[in-house]
Amino acid sequence: MIWDWAFALEILPTLARAAVVTIQATLLGFVIAALLGLAIAVARIAVPRAGWAISVLVELIRSTPLLIQIFFLYFVLPNFGIVLDAFAAGVIAIGVHYAAYCSEVYRAGFDNIPRGQWEASIALNLSAWTTFKDIIIPQAIPPVVPALGNYLVALFKETPLLSAIAVLELMQTAKIIGSETFRYTEPITLVGLFFLAMSLVSAMLIRGVEELLNRRTIR
Amino acid sequence: MGIGTLVAMLVTTLVVIGVLATQETYSLFLPGLLQGAWLTIQITILGALLAVVMGVLAALSRLYGPAPLRWLATVYVEIFRGTSALVQLFWLFFVLPQFGILIDAFSVAVLALGLNVGAYGSEVVRGAIGSVARGQWEASIALNMSRAQMLRRIILPQAFVAMIPPWGNLFIELLKSTALVSLITLGDLAFRAQQMNQTTLKTVPIFTLVLLIYLVMSLAITIGMRFLEQRASLGLARGRSA
Repeated sequence: MIWDWAFALEILPTLARAAVVTIQATLLGFVIAALLGLAIAVARIAVPRAGWAISVLVELIRSTPLLIQIFFLYFVLPNFGIVLDAFAAGVIAIGVHYAAYCSEVYRAGFDNIPRGQWEASIALNLSAWTTFKDIIIPQAIPPVVPALGNYLVALFKETPLLSAIAVLELMQTAKIIGSETFRYTEPITLVGLFFLAMSLVSAMLIRGVEELLNRRTIR
Repeated sequence: MGIGTLVAMLVTTLVVIGVLATQETYSLFLPGLLQGAWLTIQITILGALLAVVMGVLAALSRLYGPAPLRWLATVYVEIFRGTSALVQLFWLFFVLPQFGILIDAFSVAVLALGLNVGAYGSEVVRGAIGSVARGQWEASIALNMSRAQMLRRIILPQAFVAMIPPWGNLFIELLKSTALVSLITLGDLAFRAQQMNQTTLKTVPIFTLVLLIYLVMSLAITIGMRFLEQRASLGLARGRSA
């Protein structure tokens, strides 16, 4: 028999436990990506001299595969005395990778702020910190939330890469089940369905948030 | 980034690789890695061809196809955009043989990555067709063109220009996702790196070289697409004049 329902039900609890790890990795990775991305985007504006170096760095991160970056953090950093366990290395790699993408999203948000807002902040003698905190960021973030949401979904779909450094997330668990029982059909299909369901749900959520924000911001 | 900066970055990267290659700790690994890179390039090119074909087919079926074809295209796009590329790769590699369909790892790699990127590409094509100015459609109808004529002569040539930059991004995504094929036993760049790392434990030189080689390949794609964009937009009165 090609598809065995009993077997599928039997492995479901194991996969569900692994799904928790996948979701943890997604959320932690996205927190890093969102905060570090914001820091990069702000640094680009606040320190114009560093702009060139930051562009090269962002380009470097975006042009190389995430898998290699995960390996790099996991295998290379210990040579410099920084030992990270697989989960931490993976989450940091994913977070930094997507921070590069998110920084571009924030940049688009900052670029859309009318110049008058910056000039008014200078005229009111606001410090750079207050300008960003109270004037620019509250206006720049809401329009880019949908784009950030898309990256959250993209990041979520990259988490199976963590299986390459043996983090026990969904894909790795499915592979282990497969190699123990010689049945790959059920575990891998279930993982695929889980990702499909989660992606569709989050796409709907993002659309909801988008509408909510559009109602709130006055255009 | 301007095209000049990109070329400068490419040249710098090549120089860095060249300088590193003079050192024995690095030159040892270069031939093996370049062999792997060749496989990466093959998968990228074939995958890109498949992606373009699938992208255009899916977009046209979703826009103009009869209902069953439209649903089929929608299901294809949603499934391949909704699940992770690695899961798709494993599914084709491990699950298809259970149904009696045996394909070699290389074909699985090209198929999975091409179909995956093609699903994203179909949205690009759809968006680009939608972005052609309304007047162009109306004028084609006024000139009594059939739908095929309208698409072929008026709409697609203009949509083509709008598609190039997003396709460029997708090709880089494709190049980067070829690193996944190392997990289904193909000897691409990422696979060679892991293998050498396991046998020699010279992690720093190996992974530094690998990152630099990937960087060279993505910069080459970016620069190539920029040139294509410049060529394709010649004669179109769009945007700021150069």
